[in-house]
Amino acid sequence: MSNNVLILAERAGDKLALVSSELCGIGRKLADEKGGSLVALLMGGAGTQELAKGLIALGADKVLAAESDILDGYTNAAYLKVIDAVITEENPNILLVANTSMGRDVAPRLAFRHGASYAHDCTDLSIENGKLAAVRPVHGGSAISHVRSKTDSLSIASTRAKALPLADIEEGREGEFMEIGVSVDEDEIRMNFVEAKKVEAEGVRLEDAEIVVSGGRGLGGPENFEYLQELAKVLKAAVGASRAAVDAGWVPTPMQVGQTGKIVSPNLYIAVGISGAMQHMVGAGPSKNIVAINTDAEAPIFQRARYGIVGDYKKVIPALTEKCKELMDS
Amino acid sequence: MDIIVCIKQVQDPDIPPRDFKVDEEKMDVIPPANVSPVINGFCENAVEAAINLKDEHGGKVTVMTMGDEKARDGLKKCLAMGCDEAVLLQDEAFGGSDAFATARILASAIQKLDGFDIILCGRLSSDWSYGTTALALAEALDLPSVSQLQKVEKTDAGIRCERALEDGVEVVEVSTPCLLTASNEINTPRLPSVKGILMASRKQIPVWSLADVGIDPDAVGEEAATIEVTKFYKPVFDGNCEFIEGESLEEAAGALALRLREDKII
Ligand SMILES: Cc1cc2nc3c(=O)[nH]c(=O)nc-3n(C[C@H](O)[C@H](O)[C@H](O)COP(=O)(O)OP(=O)(O)OC[C@H]3O[C@@H](n4cnc5c(N)ncnc54)[C@H](O)[C@@H]3O)c2cc1C
Ligand SMILES: Nc1ncnc2c1ncn2[C@@H]1O[C@H](COP(=O)(O)O)[C@@H](O)[C@H]1O
Repeated sequence: MSNNVLILAERAGDKLALVSSELCGIGRKLADEKGGSLVALLMGGAGTQELAKGLIALGADKVLAAESDILDGYTNAAYLKVIDAVITEENPNILLVANTSMGRDVAPRLAFRHGASYAHDCTDLSIENGKLAAVRPVHGGSAISHVRSKTDSLSIASTRAKALPLADIEEGREGEFMEIGVSVDEDEIRMNFVEAKKVEAEGVRLEDAEIVVSGGRGLGGPENFEYLQELAKVLKAAVGASRAAVDAGWVPTPMQVGQTGKIVSPNLYIAVGISGAMQHMVGAGPSKNIVAINTDAEAPIFQRARYGIVGDYKKVIPALTEKCKELMDS
Repeated sequence: MDIIVCIKQVQDPDIPPRDFKVDEEKMDVIPPANVSPVINGFCENAVEAAINLKDEHGGKVTVMTMGDEKARDGLKKCLAMGCDEAVLLQDEAFGGSDAFATARILASAIQKLDGFDIILCGRLSSDWSYGTTALALAEALDLPSVSQLQKVEKTDAGIRCERALEDGVEVVEVSTPCLLTASNEINTPRLPSVKGILMASRKQIPVWSLADVGIDPDAVGEEAATIEVTKFYKPVFDGNCEFIEGESLEEAAGALALRLREDKII
């Protein structure tokens, strides 16, 4: 067993995903505390090798790139095979993945296979008595648990988006780069990637937006998201939603903010007709300023808001939009 | 098509924050009086998906849980929804099991049944959110797995799955037997019918102990856990909301915009 930390970096199209930087940041810190190296693995189709090299500037000592057509579309079976071989070869003490649809899909299987511990959806990680320790919000964010791995061998954790700082970028930093061969037989993986259908956000992406306007069940129907679109246009904001609005079929899943949706950290989050359930606030909580518009003065959202208006959004939003437009134009 | 659904009983996730209490010493939640546990939401989605597959393609649905006596109510509800059989895995030795031990217990129990085409689970439990049990179970049984489904269909090639992603969907075909996890997008779980409730009340739910499951006692319970909890508490939020008022709501809205501008937020 080495003292090394292995991270599973991710691509976002033809860039490194932001979570890769978050993983490098925390991975670097843990590797230094352990006195080991930071090893980063990036998997994917064409272009993966070139992108992987960028992980060195983010703090990786050694970068492994697995590039193959079979990794172009995600199937956990093929990805698991590659990661498994890397774990066997590198023998890391810690493996970090991001809590993404990929990270959370591979980590439990790897942990079980290797007799490792696994802490899911961590907001902080450290080393305690030589072991991996983590902070995990549980019960939808209503409680916080601090946990510690009981094993001296492999410990695995997934990190929550936006909870950990991005890595410092050090251009020209030196590190080792290695291509790794991929031999996955289509038959052995027992599944077949058919296609991915991406929903491109119109305008600003929710995760990157400086201002987010979000709507919930209180809007009363899909057509009323139009009120929020108008305000968002004026503020150059992205539009989000609560799960209640998504479950009602008013807006698509990629707009969902929360524990099982997206985590956002804009400068301003305007919650309209959203009660502020803990599971929603997991995603909206990192926002710097929260404004709530709700007819119920007792709604928990007001406990988290900086400014609030108690009242019907149908009256508030058009007036807010108009005044914002006036201010933005002046 | 024979399907096994693994469900978990959890504390009701809709308990308002002020009624949510924890015991920092015991590092556990204090369940509020008069609030019954419920079936984990994603597990209910899994049950609904299983019943729909059965209705379309025939076969039977067996629902299984590892838990205490209260877990029986969850199984009853699933029978009333339309599941055919239920099994309760219960033994003192199971107490304190982590997600991996739970997966081992479920795996051993499933091997005692007469085979299956699909195991359906929830993508996550809303209480402890281990995000582990289902996929660890797939690993324990060496099954291919596809997680967080928003759609599932049987085709000639196998099972066609749509995974709900951060930015769209991914379509994967998987062969049977396999393990799938359900996300909330997949369906809206039905309410049990009166007839269903009556039928369920006549059904026996067998209870399987450690010996029945046939698992090594050292592989389960607190001793076998790979992680320990060292601290447990409720987060605090300052709650300093300034309510903006005015003669009318329109005026309040205008004042809010001005405040945001003054604070350089917009
Ligand atoms: C495991 C799990 C994961 C979850 N993940 C998520 C998640 O990722 N994201 C998420 O959002 N939720 C999530 N939830 C659901 C969450 O618990 C809540 O049910 C959900 O957030 C409620 O959405 P809401 O606030 O829109 O609806 P409600 O709670 O019904 O609130 C609607 C609000 O609108 C107000 N209102 C009504 N009319 C008006 C009006 N005319 N003007 C202004 N206000 C009005 C009401 O006063 C009320 O406060 C999850 C739950 C579980 C169990
Ligand atoms: N005690 C249990 N009995 C049966 N199934 C369980 C149990 N715990 C977890 N599961 C299954 O595993 C899923 C994920 O749970 P978790 O790993 O706790 O997030 C749940 O939705 C259930 O389908």
